[in-house]
Amino acid sequence: MTKLHVSTTINGEPVEFLCDPGDTMLDALRGPLGLTGSKEGCASGDCGACSITLDDRLVCSCLMLAVEAEGRDLQTIEGMASGDRLHPLQQKFLEMAALQCGICTSGMLVASDALLRKNPKPSEEEVRFWLAGNLCRCTGYDKIVRAVMETADEMREAAQ
Amino acid sequence: MSELRYLAPHTLDEAIAAFAAAGSAARILAGGTDLLVQMRSGAVKPGLIVDIKKIAEMTAIEQTADGGFRIGAAVPGAVLSEHPRFGRAWPGVLEAVNLIGSTQVQGRASAGGNLCNGSPAGDSVPALVAAGAMVTLQGPNGRREIKVEDIPAGPGRTNLLPGEILVSFTLPPRPKGASDAYLRMIPRTEMDIAVVGVGVNLTIKDGVCTAARVGLGAVAPTVLLVEAAAKALIGSKLDDAALKAAASACSAACRPIDDKRGTIVYRTKVAGVLLKRTVAIAAARAREN
Repeated sequence: MTKLHVSTTINGEPVEFLCDPGDTMLDALRGPLGLTGSKEGCASGDCGACSITLDDRLVCSCLMLAVEAEGRDLQTIEGMASGDRLHPLQQKFLEMAALQCGICTSGMLVASDALLRKNPKPSEEEVRFWLAGNLCRCTGYDKIVRAVMETADEMREAAQ
Repeated sequence: MSELRYLAPHTLDEAIAAFAAAGSAARILAGGTDLLVQMRSGAVKPGLIVDIKKIAEMTAIEQTADGGFRIGAAVPGAVLSEHPRFGRAWPGVLEAVNLIGSTQVQGRASAGGNLCNGSPAGDSVPALVAAGAMVTLQGPNGRREIKVEDIPAGPGRTNLLPGEILVSFTLPPRPKGASDAYLRMIPRTEMDIAVVGVGVNLTIKDGVCTAARVGLGAVAPTVLLVEAAAKALIGSKLDDAALKAAASACSAACRPIDDKRGTIVYRTKVAGVLLKRTVAIAAARAREN
């Protein structure tokens, strides 16, 4: 099968890769691009473990063709920390034990970050609705929701 | 096995030429939230994917000269929700579109895809039927406009002709005192498929309902326009007797399936209950306009 050449930007870096026309973006991330932070849970858009942003829009990378990345700007979990410094959401997830097995965590963090960029002061209901497409079978969600709320509070205070 | 090809043309003419030439092996890619799942499961094995998102008309939201709206078939729900005026004019259509899937799915999924997927339970369809939306189709033989309710042909099937692509939805201008609403019943609180979905669009003048349309989803092989329910509302003050008659008309229109989400008896009853609740929301909004 003829490979397609894709030029895109991932976490601010220009990137080129080859893919088959039917490959998903998740296939490309976890395969040729070696970015295995995005997880494959369901491969049908139900679990959110593969969440990335595409031109700042939260999407499931399993529901996007890799070739659609051409000329676009992608952010994955690998771009969230600044070097050794964790993003406040990552730090708070650790402190509040908002994860157990970790499979959902990349997606939870990417989705929560997208929420706080759009809405720095979400209500609990808004957090729960926003994260309704991110499934977690360990935590029961409460710790995740509380970690997001608390991070939002701290980030607002820090911004003042 | 034939090779899969991917095309992302910049013009509708190119898209239609390629789509028509590839025949039944071709699939249109808008948000991909149904297509990629179908490909992954092996239910669909396309020879050609035509990505329509580089065609400007497919992703545009415009106000028409008469004050209505034209929405490109591939506009994602999240983009529609950020439009400064659309949600005020058509809150019911917007809430229906925004019920399709999660935040992630909203980033990609479109009303055009929801309609062309042909599910009787597609959330945006009853609201668009109630809105009286027209769809513009373009194919090898040119353009045509038909009503949204004339698109579904049965579960997973549409009345699009070979080579035809859904281009946009056109919603009419809003008179004073008009608004709409959409409600669905699901066994969970989020992330589920409608057991019943009801879209109501109405106009109220001096306390009297002067126009109404009712769309009903997930209770028949296709989404239904329930004219008898609208007739029961029009001319009334939306009093209990009118609501009861409209609810009965919705229940009478049901030809549902029995499945794990809801039985025939349950769906039929809920169709009437939801009609009343949806009218109440649409009417409250209409009185403020």
